[in-house]
Formats: sequence, C-alpha cells, structure tokens
Amino acid sequence: MNAMPAEAAAGTSIVRIRDLVKDYRRGAETVRVLDGLSLDIQQGDFVALMGPSGSGKSTLLNLIGGLDRPTSGTLEVDGLRVDELSEGSLGRWRADHVGFIFQMYNLLPVLTAERNVELPLLLTNLDRQQRMRRVAAALKLVGLEQRAKHRPRELSGGQEQRVGIARAIVTDPTLLLCDEPTGDLDRKSGDEILTLLEALNAEYGKTIIMVTHDPHAAERAHRVIHLDKGMLSEGPG
Amino acid sequence: MIGKYLPLLASSLRRKRLRTFFTIASILIAFLLYGLAASMQFALKSGVDVAGADRLLTMHKVSFTQLLPASYESRIKAVDGVVAVSPQTWFGAWFRDERNQFPTFPSDPEAYLRIYPEIKLAEEQKQAWFADRAGALVGRAIADLYGWKVGDQVPLRSAIWRRMDGSDTWDVTVRAIYDLPNGGDTRQIVLHQDYFEEAKQQAKGLIGWYVIKISDVNRAQAISRQIDVMFANSPAETKTSSERAMAQSFVNQVGNIGAILSAIVAAVFFTMLLVTANTMAQSVRERTNELAVLKTLGFSNGGVLGMVLAESVLVTTLGGLLGMFCAWWIGVQFGPTLDQYLPGFRVPRDAFTKSVLYMLALGVVAGAVPAWQAMRLRIVEALRRD
Repeated sequence: MNAMPAEAAAGTSIVRIRDLVKDYRRGAETVRVLDGLSLDIQQGDFVALMGPSGSGKSTLLNLIGGLDRPTSGTLEVDGLRVDELSEGSLGRWRADHVGFIFQMYNLLPVLTAERNVELPLLLTNLDRQQRMRRVAAALKLVGLEQRAKHRPRELSGGQEQRVGIARAIVTDPTLLLCDEPTGDLDRKSGDEILTLLEALNAEYGKTIIMVTHDPHAAERAHRVIHLDKGMLSEGPG
Repeated sequence: MIGKYLPLLASSLRRKRLRTFFTIASILIAFLLYGLAASMQFALKSGVDVAGADRLLTMHKVSFTQLLPASYESRIKAVDGVVAVSPQTWFGAWFRDERNQFPTFPSDPEAYLRIYPEIKLAEEQKQAWFADRAGALVGRAIADLYGWKVGDQVPLRSAIWRRMDGSDTWDVTVRAIYDLPNGGDTRQIVLHQDYFEEAKQQAKGLIGWYVIKISDVNRAQAISRQIDVMFANSPAETKTSSERAMAQSFVNQVGNIGAILSAIVAAVFFTMLLVTANTMAQSVRERTNELAVLKTLGFSNGGVLGMVLAESVLVTTLGGLLGMFCAWWIGVQFGPTLDQYLPGFRVPRDAFTKSVLYMLALGVVAGAVPAWQAMRLRIVEALRRD
C-alpha cells in the first residue's frame, strides 16, 4: 500500500481514495493497474498526475471520474462514495459534478462549437435561452465567443481544446479531470491551455486533476503526484 | 422535451450526407411501391364495394364476348323476384383518339335508372334523355374531360359497331349528365338500346348481357339458377351471378397481381430493413468514440439507446413520408388517366396510417441492434479504442 502524503491528509479533501485496487483481465492473465492506492486531493487544488505509460494514471483519472469501477477499495468525491453508485446514478453524478477534458478534444465534428458546449446542458432542465446564455458565458471565458458558430474542423487544435474546456465547465462542475490536455498541442497553444486551467483553478476555485507526461505542464500544477506500477509517490509541486 | 435533442439527431444525419441520401432514397422507393400497391388494391377492391348485391348479370355461358338473344329480356322479366331488366352491350366508344375508349353501353334508359338508383341526375334531364332516342346519359367525368354540356351533339365513334350506312360514327346528343355519390367513377355513357338496335349494321336481335335488379338479395342465387335453367340446352346458354360476385371474381383473378405486388413490397421492406440496419450499425461503429463522449458527459445508457433508435426512426420516417407523398402525388396526377383501367386509383387513408406504423416499426427494428450495442458501450474501452 502506498503511503499517503502528509500534507494531503490535512484540510478538506474533495477526493478521498483508500486502498484502491484496479485489476484488468488480459486474456487469462489478470493485470493489476492500481495497487492499494490511497490519496487525498483538497478542494481547489491543481494536481498533476505523472508517470510512465501503463503506470495507471489514466485509470486513476477514470476511476475518480466514475468512468470505470475499482476492483476494491473506496473512492469518495465530495463526500459521496462514487464506487457504490449504480450505473445510472454515476451518469447523473458525472453530469453534475465532473468536467472532462480530453487529449484529443473529443468534440462532435458535426456540431458547431456552441452546440458542442451545449451538450452537457441538454441533460438539465434549462430552457434553450438559459442554455445558450450559459454556453455564451463558457465560450467567452475561454475566449472563443467569436467562434461559436464554427465547427471543430474550422478551428485550430488550441481552439478545439478551448471548446473542450468550455464544454467541461459549462455545468459548473466541482472537479475538472484533464487527460493530457496539452498532449496534442504545440508549446504555445499548450501554454495557453495551461494558463486557462490555472485561471479556472485560481479564479473560479475549480479542483483540477491533470494527467500529463509533460514536466513543463506539471510545473503549472500546485502538486505533482507520480504514479509508477500502480503506486504513488509525491513530487515537488 | 425531445425537441432539444433534434439538432443532435439532425447533425448525425448530416455526418455522411451521401449515405444518408441513399438510405432515405431506398426507403422512399420502398414506401412509394407500398403506396402504389395499396392504391392498386384499393382501385381493384372499390369495384367490388360499389357493385350491388341486388343486381345480377346474365351473360353467355361460354364467354363474356358472346352475344345473347334480345328475346331473353321478356322471359327474364317474367321470373319471380325480378324487378327490372336492361340489356347492355359493349359499344367500344371513343372520341377524337381511338386509344381513349370509355365504357359506353346501349341500355333500356328507364330500366337502367331503376337498376342503378345511385345515379344522380336532374329530373328534367332524365325526362329529356328518356324522350330522345339518340340521347346520351353522360358521366360527369367524361363531360368534364371533353367539355360537353347538355344539348351538345357528339359524334361518338365505335371500335366495334357500324351503322347501317357503314359508318362507325354515331351522332348522339348529350341529354343528361350524371353524378355518383362519394366521388364514384363517372366515366361512362349510356345510350338508348332502341336507337342502337335500329341503327346497327350487324348482330341484329343480339345484345351483350343483361343487368337485372331483384327484389330480395337473399334470393339472388335461386333467381340466378332459375334464369340459367330457363335457357339451358338452348343455343345461347347463360351464366348468371350477382354483380358483386362478378366483380369479386374479377378482383380475385386480378387480385393475384395484388398478391404478387404485396409480396414484392414485403421483400423490398425486408431488404430496406437490412439496408437501414446496416447503415445504422455502420453509423454507430463510426461514432463509438462520440457515443462514449456523450456517456462521459452524463448521457444515460437509456438515453444513448433512445438516441440511436430515434435516429433510425427519423431516417425511416423521412424516407417513408417522402415515398408516401410521391405515391399520393402519382395518384392525384395520374389517377384521372388511370381511371379508365383502375377507377379510384389513389392511396387509401388506411394505407397512410399503416405506412406510418411501418415507418416506426422499420426504424425501431433496424435500429434495435446498433442501439443496443451503443447502450452497452463501455466508456473506457471505447475511448481507449480511439
């Protein structure tokens, strides 16, 4: 079992993980990706998860985001046992509390930027006018209000990722989970995205967990956690 | 509620426009065929619906084309239960263009109107027609087609019958124009049997068949038998049956075409089912990542299932409605031309209702498997596949 970093144990934990194990079956073989991991992440923190390929960082992110289920252990987000939620409840919970930002942006190519950003709001009871107001605010926040009617193929990679961020924050989630958000961008665009994430963390108090390979990106986080072979080690923030 | 998802559904159809176009076009053709087959069956059946059960037809036992002696009329009239008898003969009339023949029958005017009480015409026109041996009772559709009015003299040509002077032109005067209730087929002309008999060159004393009105529908079979027995072993034996039975037997013969058409339509529908299912499966496969993203954003399994099904139903409904519209348009556009052969050719209302059910069913069945697959999609695996 990994030791829990001392400073993480103090304060209000928004993410509280205890003895988390995740196994995958690969043919007849069972592969342990996370091995009894315990971790606390404070409200308003900006955490970078680093580690070599196959270290389990994306798996951990997926588990925190309720996209996958642990083999054993407990996982609490904002006081809620996410590992115990049913499939349906998990979906609703994700819609309300988590914003996802992907490396490949994962925008729907047939929809305009504003329609992409609107997607999570379709699951709410907001009327069209209210939805569009929120979409406009989210796009303005990422500096793309002028590109609302553009489709993803008409945008640069950096702009696409900004739309992805706008989509992630439009429901005002508690937690932003970013899987290599700058992994497909050039340095300049990557920096812009990281600056945006910093602003979301600093000005809007969003708790951000970011998986990255890039030490330069990890430097922008308050805290860097290293994962290796499914185990944790804390690094300098 | 569902309206907010429409842009998402519509955008899915725009993804591969050509594929969507061809799929919708295929479904359009399937429903067009269905609409046309339904129109044809409706046209065939409508003949039976208007045929009276209290009307008998007596014709030559050998064939419809063989003539019967005119002298049978008085003997048939004498049969108990017979209310009225009128001879009829196929005149083969045409006007201006020989290809445009329309049903024309020399008959006994007064008996004819007693036998067909559903025919509506003004009293003064009726009397005028009775009084004029060269007068004609013209159906509204024919009168409208050629712009004929009461009092017009019309040179009808006959493809079969010649006058005593060798001419095939029969000058008749439009004395009455009739209508039928519920938009019945009025492409018909009735002439005076006396005038026809007197003026024709050949087959004197012979007529085509007899139309008989009886007092009791329940005695139709007995009266038919009595008439046929009466002329048994004569040079012109008869075969009598009710007009409805006759129409039904005609429909049964032609009905095989309807059955074949139905089978073809069913095969086309089945093919469409496979085509649409394949399209949907392909579309879902291509969008595995997007569906996973939607699920990541919080769309439920049921929501994703509903969305794929709705997309499939949207495709089949769009194609189906267009197909039914085309079938309806063809009925409106070409119905009048086809009236000569298939009176009442149009898409019946119940076919529209059924078609909507077929569209929905086709959409749901075709989308079921892809929708199920989309619902079962595991987010992490789907995102990793990308």
